[in-house]
Amino acid sequence: MINYIIKRIGIAIPTLLILIAVSFYLMHAAPGGPFTSERPLPAQVLANIEAKYGLDQPIWRQMINYLWGVVTEFDFGPSYKYHDRTVNEIIGHGFPITLKYGFWSFIAAVGVGIPLGAIAAIRKNTWIDYLAVGVSIGAQVLPNFVMAPLLIIVFTLWLDWLPGGGWNGGSWEYLVMPVIALSTSYMASIARITRSSMLEVLNTNYIRTAKSKGLPTKVIFFRHVLKPSLLPVISYLGPAFVGLITGSVIIDIYFSTGGMGYFFVNAAFNRDYSVMMGITIVVGGLTILFSLIADLLYAWIDPKIRY
Amino acid sequence: MAQNLSESGAGRSLWKDARLRFIQNKAATLSLFILILIVSFSFVGPYFAVWSYEQIDWNAMGSAARVGMPSIESGHYFGTDDLGRDLYSRVIQGTQISLMVGVLGASVAVIVGTLYGATSGYLGGKTDQIMMRIVDILMSIPYMFVLILLLVVFGRSIGMLFIGIGLLSWLDMSRIVRGQTLNLKNKEFIEAAKVTGVSDFKIITRHIVPNLLGIVAVYATLLVPGIILAESFISFLGLGVQEPSTSWGALIKEGAGTISYDTEWQLLFPLAFFVVSLFCFYFIGDGLRDALDPKER
Repeated sequence: MINYIIKRIGIAIPTLLILIAVSFYLMHAAPGGPFTSERPLPAQVLANIEAKYGLDQPIWRQMINYLWGVVTEFDFGPSYKYHDRTVNEIIGHGFPITLKYGFWSFIAAVGVGIPLGAIAAIRKNTWIDYLAVGVSIGAQVLPNFVMAPLLIIVFTLWLDWLPGGGWNGGSWEYLVMPVIALSTSYMASIARITRSSMLEVLNTNYIRTAKSKGLPTKVIFFRHVLKPSLLPVISYLGPAFVGLITGSVIIDIYFSTGGMGYFFVNAAFNRDYSVMMGITIVVGGLTILFSLIADLLYAWIDPKIRY
Repeated sequence: MAQNLSESGAGRSLWKDARLRFIQNKAATLSLFILILIVSFSFVGPYFAVWSYEQIDWNAMGSAARVGMPSIESGHYFGTDDLGRDLYSRVIQGTQISLMVGVLGASVAVIVGTLYGATSGYLGGKTDQIMMRIVDILMSIPYMFVLILLLVVFGRSIGMLFIGIGLLSWLDMSRIVRGQTLNLKNKEFIEAAKVTGVSDFKIITRHIVPNLLGIVAVYATLLVPGIILAESFISFLGLGVQEPSTSWGALIKEGAGTISYDTEWQLLFPLAFFVVSLFCFYFIGDGLRDALDPKER
């Protein structure tokens, strides 16, 4: 197990470094520097500014400086667009918001998805199974950017129950629609995966043995069925997390929640490369960390995996 | 018995078998039918359009809620958007572009993924390990962010969009193909090819890939809606297809932006096309999987 953990971390770190290097080179491949504008600056001023930000050094030097700043001080440098803000400040502002509704969406997706799939599998071919399957197919074609406007039509314009956007420090009525819009399709996928893997487990010989030796249904379910049928779900958690993070871009745009996605898209329109890079790296780091945790969890639960 | 067999005529091929099973799946057949309708509509539809997708109806501009509603008389079968452009023509154009991006993106992903996976699985050993590690690494990168970065750096264009999406979505494909290749490579016909001195590259393209076509077809059909979703996501953000071109995502964004002005048709028409087409792709993919996947038989 220890070996596996070391090996897994040994992959995670180069991944992150590659991500940083690629986004750094992408940024430099872009036409135009961060200070080229419609009114060209005098050459001396431009040279001074570039010297201040270290842009006059060779590119490998800049990259090492950047990497060093990120790794040792967690410093992503200044924003190229808003000269009075650093990337760290922007991330520090948006990140807690994204984290809060992202966390609740994750809880909702797992907390509703797994029981829904389990019930569908146990009551196979009953109305509840058909309902669960129907909902999960429906949710697949209603991604977050479709859910968001539909939710606003229903809950804000027709029923007038919930505010159509804003954050307000994250009080619950501002949280409901973002969480529903973000989590539905992952909830559906988790339910579908749970259902099919549980059906497979329920058909195995050892479950038949457990039944025939007269174990109570509850004991069979919690001791023998649940754990093996959760394995595929756990391996889906990594991709689901990536999806949630990506979806947060839509949520921030649509509900004006002011999370990282808002700053990312804004930076994309303003060509504010340092902000884009900073956010990409933070999100990438989170994703890598999360898939590491999911893999370790998988290795811990599945006795067949021995590294 | 032997007589019966010979009377039943020529043996049924894998593909004929699959076709029969697919036709028996009602949801999949119906989906295929609807999808063909949608595709042919996107080609025939323009001949019935009164307005082109760029033309602005100055009467409807700015007062879409009162003048621009769907009607036969004005020629705006699906109404107009806020700028007075005909939604019927724009939905047709959006359908063409979204489907094109989906199909082209999926083709890129299928070609890259199949070759990569087959090579990795066939060569095995250290090469296989390294190639699959690379896939692992790429998979844990939040690719939508990287794609947006790519689009901003290299400029927004449809070409860049589908290359970007296609190049980033071959990963699942390569894993699936590799798994199948591992099964195939110990079969006798591969051994025979090796013994007669066929090169590795030829074995992969001539003998391995054709035997993978079934599973590739299934996942390609499931890839198309995934890529359409990704494209719509990007276009919804305003970073994808550029005006005057449009796509489902861009149209949904426009429609969603004006829901408070009583012009819900601007959202509902593109949304209906989007949702129905995606449904069809998923059902066809499921039907194909049941028809072709040997595990299910």
